[in-house]
Amino acid sequence: MQGAMRSEPNAALDGPAPATTTTLATAREPLGTHLRRTWWIYLILVAVGAMLSLPLLWLLSSSLKSEGQIFVVPPQWIPNPVQWANYPDVFHRIPFGRGWLNSIVVTSLATLGQVISASLVAFGFARLRFPGRDALFMVLIATVMIPYHVTLIPSYVLFRWLGWLDTFLPLIVPSWLGGSAFLIFLVRQFYMRLSFELDDAARVDGASIWQVFTHIVLPQSKPAIGVVAIFAFLNHWNDFFGPFIYLNSTDKYTLPLMLRLFQSVESTEWAMLMAASVMTAIPCIVLYFVAQRYFIQGVVFTGLKG
Amino acid sequence: MNHRRWETLAGYLFIAPWLVGLVVFTLGPIAASFYFSLTSYQLVKPPVWVGLANYQRLLHDDIFWKSMRVTTTYVAISVPLGLVLSFCVALLMNQKVKGIGFWRTVFYLPNLVPLVASTMLWLWIFNPQFGLLNGALARIGIEGPNWLQSQQWALPSLIIMNLWTVGGSTLIYLAGLQGIPTDLYQAVEVDGGGAWAKLRTVTIPQMTPVIFYNLILGLIAGFQVFAQPLIMTRGGPRYATMFVVLYLYQNAFSNFKMGYASAIAWALFVVILALTIVLFRLSNRWVYYEGDTSRR
Repeated sequence: MQGAMRSEPNAALDGPAPATTTTLATAREPLGTHLRRTWWIYLILVAVGAMLSLPLLWLLSSSLKSEGQIFVVPPQWIPNPVQWANYPDVFHRIPFGRGWLNSIVVTSLATLGQVISASLVAFGFARLRFPGRDALFMVLIATVMIPYHVTLIPSYVLFRWLGWLDTFLPLIVPSWLGGSAFLIFLVRQFYMRLSFELDDAARVDGASIWQVFTHIVLPQSKPAIGVVAIFAFLNHWNDFFGPFIYLNSTDKYTLPLMLRLFQSVESTEWAMLMAASVMTAIPCIVLYFVAQRYFIQGVVFTGLKG
Repeated sequence: MNHRRWETLAGYLFIAPWLVGLVVFTLGPIAASFYFSLTSYQLVKPPVWVGLANYQRLLHDDIFWKSMRVTTTYVAISVPLGLVLSFCVALLMNQKVKGIGFWRTVFYLPNLVPLVASTMLWLWIFNPQFGLLNGALARIGIEGPNWLQSQQWALPSLIIMNLWTVGGSTLIYLAGLQGIPTDLYQAVEVDGGGAWAKLRTVTIPQMTPVIFYNLILGLIAGFQVFAQPLIMTRGGPRYATMFVVLYLYQNAFSNFKMGYASAIAWALFVVILALTIVLFRLSNRWVYYEGDTSRR
């Protein structure tokens, strides 16, 4: 089993680092030749890129307009005057600061639970031998495909019975008990690639299984843990369904629920709503730029790369 | 205790959090959900056994069938369209041109906007009088439809909005494309094949496992669409965007018909399960796995 594992996990991970391969391949070519060969690619890139970014630019532009400018026909791209006050005003119109606090509490506790439980459970599946392990692992894989709506109603009944409705517990506790099967799978795939030699040597020297986990496997697994933390953060920060079902009082709303407060039957405050949307998206976008390489790695870890 | 028994105990302790979660949040609820579907249950009183009555009602529920048609239409159009487009975008992203990292970011950015925020944004873009889309159409002399308020255009609007996030599965394709061994391409070159031959004989066959993976994920996600119609249309106009999960939600949490809603959940589950099984069965005809066992 171990013999077939990839012996150099780092080589496999560094392989698809996109920026380096690209620059190496084109570095020696003069710019003119490069452009003559590839101009049509740039043409498509600009066309498709513009199509995809126009909605985002429209979001930014709308968030800086006054309510009067919002309703100008034809739509104007440049707000005049630029209504910066929309951003602070969001905090006065709705309890947006409270929303931030709630989102931060829920997201950080759920992410912490997901990281801890995924790294423990994956260790059991990847590095220990016990009867029933492979069958249980198949169950884990199968649960990735179970649609959430099947378990929705009984889970709601369960949380109601526990008295957890309108608390953060239904949004946090499941992450401490395994959480996403996909993320456990992801860490397990990463652990499988690590060499078993160090484990065996440590065990011969009398190290306990727990020490092997904390001193040998975990220190080598920072990339996988990073990927889990990022995915869990994004999932919980963006989650709409969970908070929507389980939270009732406005002062417990997370940010995605807060956004809906600008929508009423009679009218929608578009400029405010767009400003609040920008602010809700900012942590995710910042995270992407800070941890860009982990995004691709996450896909690579699952062994899906062909 | 000997070594083997000790490792067994440790193994179960390590996976214990997941085992507890599996029983409490997955297996238990699945069993309970099936039981609820055979009862009349309004949440305040204990469930009352009604046998198959909920399922019989389902057969004659026009709104349920309408929601099945809406959801299936959405999946049948948006999943293949998304697969093809994100594959093409991934091929584009895999080109060796300067500054490609910048474009990858531009293409991925829509995925980083939280779903509720992007749904609100598109609600505004689709606004018939003041939205960006009809504004742009007016400039080229076309009078745009009412989009989300139009029975004909509401569902296509949701499909268009979904295409905005093709960059997500592009990332998965890209990782796959970069894993294709270059010697396969060299072999095609030796045989005198050009770009088209490379795509047809190497890239697409090598990518079929990734395409299949994206197909299954897209299918499951497509059948579970909920937030977009809830926020944008509440299922209207005249049920044109009444997705199954939205109908389930309304039955469970607006009318407190937990039993009936559970029957809807199971009906949808069976559809997803059957489709997944059929796709897995058909997959050995077109999905290409390398003849090695290195992953076991």
